[in-house]
Amino acid sequence: MKIELRNIHKFFGPVHANNNITLSIPSGSIQGLLGENGAGKSTLMKILSGYLRPDRGEILLDGKPLVLNSPADAIRAGIGMLHQDPLDFPPMKVLDNFMMGYPRGLGLPKREAREALLSLAEQFGFSLDPDAYVDTLTIGERQQLEILRLLWLGAKILIFDEPTTGISAQQKEKLFAALRRLASEGKTIIFVTHKLEEVEVLCDRVAVLRAGKLVGEAYPPYNLDDLVRMMFGKVISKGKRIEIPLGKPVLQVKDLAVEDYRLRIEGVNLEVREGEVIGLAGMEGSGQRHLLRACAGLIRPVGGEIWVDGENMTGKTYHSFLRKGVAYLPADRMKEGLVPGLTLSEHFALAQEQTGFVIDRAAVLKRTEEHIKRFNIRGRPDSTVESLSGGNQQRALLALLRPNLRLILMEHPTRGLDMESAIWVWNTLKERCRQRTAIFFMSSDLEEILHYSDRILVFFGGRVSEPLDARTTTVEQLGQLIGGRGFESQPEAAREVAK
Amino acid sequence: MSSHEIIIGLAGVLFTAAPIVFATIGETFTERAGVINLSVNGTILLSAMSSFAVAVSTHSIFWGFVAGIVVGMGVALTVAFSSIALKQSQVAVGFVLTLMTRDLAYFLGNPYMGLQGPRVHNWPIPVLSKIPVLGTLLFNFDPLTYFSFILIIAAWWWIFHTRPGLILRAIGERPAAAYVRGAPVNKLRYLYTALGGALVGLAGPTYSLSVKAGWKGTISGLDGIGWIALALTIFGGWDPVRGAFGAYLFALLQWLGLVLQPYMPNIPSQVLQVAPFPLMILTLLFVNIGNTEWVKRTLAGLPPDARRWATRILRWMQVVPPSALGTTFEEE
Repeated sequence: MKIELRNIHKFFGPVHANNNITLSIPSGSIQGLLGENGAGKSTLMKILSGYLRPDRGEILLDGKPLVLNSPADAIRAGIGMLHQDPLDFPPMKVLDNFMMGYPRGLGLPKREAREALLSLAEQFGFSLDPDAYVDTLTIGERQQLEILRLLWLGAKILIFDEPTTGISAQQKEKLFAALRRLASEGKTIIFVTHKLEEVEVLCDRVAVLRAGKLVGEAYPPYNLDDLVRMMFGKVISKGKRIEIPLGKPVLQVKDLAVEDYRLRIEGVNLEVREGEVIGLAGMEGSGQRHLLRACAGLIRPVGGEIWVDGENMTGKTYHSFLRKGVAYLPADRMKEGLVPGLTLSEHFALAQEQTGFVIDRAAVLKRTEEHIKRFNIRGRPDSTVESLSGGNQQRALLALLRPNLRLILMEHPTRGLDMESAIWVWNTLKERCRQRTAIFFMSSDLEEILHYSDRILVFFGGRVSEPLDARTTTVEQLGQLIGGRGFESQPEAAREVAK
Repeated sequence: MSSHEIIIGLAGVLFTAAPIVFATIGETFTERAGVINLSVNGTILLSAMSSFAVAVSTHSIFWGFVAGIVVGMGVALTVAFSSIALKQSQVAVGFVLTLMTRDLAYFLGNPYMGLQGPRVHNWPIPVLSKIPVLGTLLFNFDPLTYFSFILIIAAWWWIFHTRPGLILRAIGERPAAAYVRGAPVNKLRYLYTALGGALVGLAGPTYSLSVKAGWKGTISGLDGIGWIALALTIFGGWDPVRGAFGAYLFALLQWLGLVLQPYMPNIPSQVLQVAPFPLMILTLLFVNIGNTEWVKRTLAGLPPDARRWATRILRWMQVVPPSALGTTFEEE
């Protein structure tokens, strides 16, 4: 189906999130929608999926005006959207999630749904267990479930909002194959992203948004420099590898074993030195998170030892690790990193060494203003953290870290950030390395891991590779290891515990 | 005690648990939709008093029940309206309402204190009630007890085996996700809060016109039941069958308190009367113990096999609350 957006305007308070956007998308094509964080891509797509109502403008479907008052209207019109953070129900089973939103009947069409799920999954080469709980699935699998669900409901227009954030390279391949196939079947695909490579390999056409406005459209073969200029208004690049001389050991992991009810990793041996960056690669849920959490004192290891600065910290609590200068930045910024409802200055008051009983408002305000300036956070001391964009939340988290840390543990340091913010984040981190802090991070972005780490550990189903030198490793080698090739040679390294 | 007495006693447990079952399942529906109605305790008192007053004045048990249900729905809708439309805290509003409705019940109920009123009669089920043992145990009740049995099954079936039930779980779990799938979240929250309130309201007349017929003001012995129902909703993991099981356990403990009293003359009778309450709290603690940090840390030290078993048992017992419980949702 052909979609036309005409003169769409949307305001959030004083912010003009969508400013007179007109875009026409033919059926059977993959339309890219490119722009940095906060450019208005998600807002536009939420309007098209009925989640938000435009303040002005109209939507035409095959030339007929379409009024969307709720997502239910959009579903009836055949428009389905995959949200950036999968909007599903983690504590429920895959099959329940699949049936949720099925519009008719009193009883649950369990058998019918199961058959539809399995046959659709087979067509696209997805493997989904209908009886698994969604909270045991990776982001990529949850996305696959959403795609199949929307297809089952008969969606003809599918919107993907930053779908490659947080999924593995293999899942990305599968996703792209599925999208190409859907487009060839005549479905209209809208692909929202801030990654140029993805536009290049996937999209039949692309529209670029900047600060709420549609600044241009392009067709293959794309001129990437032009796209970057349209996105940012200027040209930027990642820059050269930064080499920092290493100091004495900070973290020593000796024959470590960690497990939960799903996964066991064991036999991890590693020494991390001052100024060193270690990247953890692997599919989501392969054990990287377990290792980080164990090194932060959040999980008690079931075997082996963890030493920080020559002191045995095995089995100590998170707070003892914190006192030794170990900081942990979780992936879910709003859930585990920041306190929703508190303002920036209240966060700085919390993060400060606790002295005295009464908060010294003036001092905190001064500190907050300094940090806002130094870390380039777009917000005021009295803005609540949830009102900040993802990039600014990450800047705030980095600003909240104490000085003179020994070790920073990070999950996805630049997930969901545009290129400019990501480069800024890494410059800040490398600055820390120069001050002899070690960094230990996991990421699903292979380029990021290769570009910023000194050494790399690859995880596969709880098994851990020997450390690889990032200078001599290629994306292809890393991709193969992540997929499990090369692990057969070390079967004694680890085993997976049956559920 | 003869075996016949034990069977009569157990039947009595099923009979006296009926109003607790109503209130627990009502609250289960409400909380599954994401709304906490903390006014249950006061609501039961006010609906018990009003239905007794109406039944006495109109000489009609039917209008008595209608009055109780209307009171329950009214209080529940107040909570829903102040939360959904006025964006007020459900906990604060519910708390104030529970105190207000309790005092209203005692104050307005004064003229009806100790009056003789109508009560619901037993409806032994023909044939089935003549079966030895089972007949006495299951088929010789008033209609309310039968309804409580049916309600447990029906509520369980509705929540876990129907399409609307799936949507009910969705709006309490993640309203935004339910909304993008086309569910009218706030409309449904009103609906289920009203339904839950009606069931809590039904518990009132079930006491004042049947289980503890009459109205005796502060010594009616109904104060506290609502809090137990709230606890059972959680203990039951927002599952009607587990919640009802808790209600029967509570009624059983109360009955045992009465029965055991003659055999234990050294223990003051108050202890046995109060015992069910702390026992319920201990059960709650036990059910949720798997969530605590120290248990997880202790488990990490066990040998692998024992650890796996313990983890599995704790995971089975663990209850997961509807994630969006007590929050408000704005469409757009």
